[in-house]
Amino acid sequence: MMELPDIDWQLAIDSFWPLLRGGLTGTIPLTLVSFTLGLVLALVLALMRISGNRLFSGIARAYISVIRGTPLLVQLFVIFYGLPSVGLTIDPWPSAAIAFSMNVGGYAAEVIRAAILSVPKGQWEAGYTIGMSRNQALRRLILPQAARVSVPPLSNTFISLVKDTSLASLILVTELFRVAQEIAAFSQEFMLIYVEAAMIYWVFCLVLSTVQDRLERRLDRYVAH
Amino acid sequence: MSPTDFSRTDPAPAVTPSDPLLRVSGLNKSFGDNEVLRSIDLAVQPGQVLALVGPSGSGKTTVLRCLNGLEQPDAGTVEFSGGPAVTFSAKTTRREKESLRTRSAMVFQGYNLFPHKTVLENVTEGPIQVQKRPKAEAIAEAERLLERVGLAEKRDDYPHQLSGGQQQRVGIVRALAQQPALLLFDEPTSALDPELVGDVLTVIKELAEEGWTMVLVTHELAFAREVADTVAFMDGGVVVEQGPAQEVLRAPKQERTRAFVHRLLNPF
Repeated sequence: MMELPDIDWQLAIDSFWPLLRGGLTGTIPLTLVSFTLGLVLALVLALMRISGNRLFSGIARAYISVIRGTPLLVQLFVIFYGLPSVGLTIDPWPSAAIAFSMNVGGYAAEVIRAAILSVPKGQWEAGYTIGMSRNQALRRLILPQAARVSVPPLSNTFISLVKDTSLASLILVTELFRVAQEIAAFSQEFMLIYVEAAMIYWVFCLVLSTVQDRLERRLDRYVAH
Repeated sequence: MSPTDFSRTDPAPAVTPSDPLLRVSGLNKSFGDNEVLRSIDLAVQPGQVLALVGPSGSGKTTVLRCLNGLEQPDAGTVEFSGGPAVTFSAKTTRREKESLRTRSAMVFQGYNLFPHKTVLENVTEGPIQVQKRPKAEAIAEAERLLERVGLAEKRDDYPHQLSGGQQQRVGIVRALAQQPALLLFDEPTSALDPELVGDVLTVIKELAEEGWTMVLVTHELAFAREVADTVAFMDGGVVVEQGPAQEVLRAPKQERTRAFVHRLLNPF
């Protein structure tokens, strides 16, 4: 039978700030950096996919396939534990940022590609007939419209990433979950500390969902309902 | 509303009356095994309106889309008086194709307005971003043109807030703002509710009267008869008959043209 928890409130309060700090200085920056770099990579991959150039498109397709077909944890370990054996040693934090960026790049590339393809062909043509080049039409007409379509799926990617950064604890990056592990090991209060960590993750994601809602509403202003 | 309101702000290139603004010769185009255009020859004199009519699938929209390189013909020449002139082949570059767009602007069946831009931004996008004209001048010009089609107070609306007829009038203004030598209309009223067609046709008719050179793909035969100087009747990828609008549409020489005109003007 499950015991009724005898909550150590003092420990809960004492550990709150270290956990939150782990989130604010570890989880959040790692997420923001990885997502930003990942989006840039994703855009490049998406454009390679739709370029019509077989080589570019093939490279992008292969990259996306590998990233989506292998576990994130394995990708992380290859970069942090694997690369030193070929003479490339990278610190924990940059290793994590590289692994997460590469992962986001693979997933978000397909989202962005689908969003670009969802913009009607007539938009490209209208751009051409007012004298735009392919690049101008892409930049001024297609990507802004694709951005609107990609916000909800990219938000999913982003929220997944917030939680996935906890994997970085396994390569010794000081972030929320790593701090939780240390406090839990020290205090032996596993239930309390891990639930507390979970709740902080949850609040982070709630805040992010609100940001997503706002962004969608802002971008919605030109869409018919 | 003076009739010069739509007029070009830059001087038209000097052309002699006998010199067509646009000459198309030997245009061929296949989609796979399907030959959609066979040896199309057309000419449009400056200030004249050419209407392309014919049954669905006859190739008239494809002809129009070859004139600005939205489709690439397999062979044939599209030549503007004063340039550019492009002779198409498998080796035609994108740059050559794009050069055709400097002389024409297009009005689409489905409007194709930019949904993320306001009415004014739709109109000024080309002049400001592509032609690099001064912003204030482009905006003033756009406002004048919008005023002219009765949409001045819609300048800050987004396209989805407008009716189909209003959207198409914005589409026309967007084309005019490019200050093109040639206006291309691709079935501009086909997507409209019947009661909205009139407004758009009125605008096109006024443009014709003000001397704009146009190629118009249309199903509205009565309208073609009224605004077009010449009519080309297409069927099965060829121009079956072309000549003065009154002749082709009132007294067609070819049997196929006769049958088509009769069917459209006497549907029951």
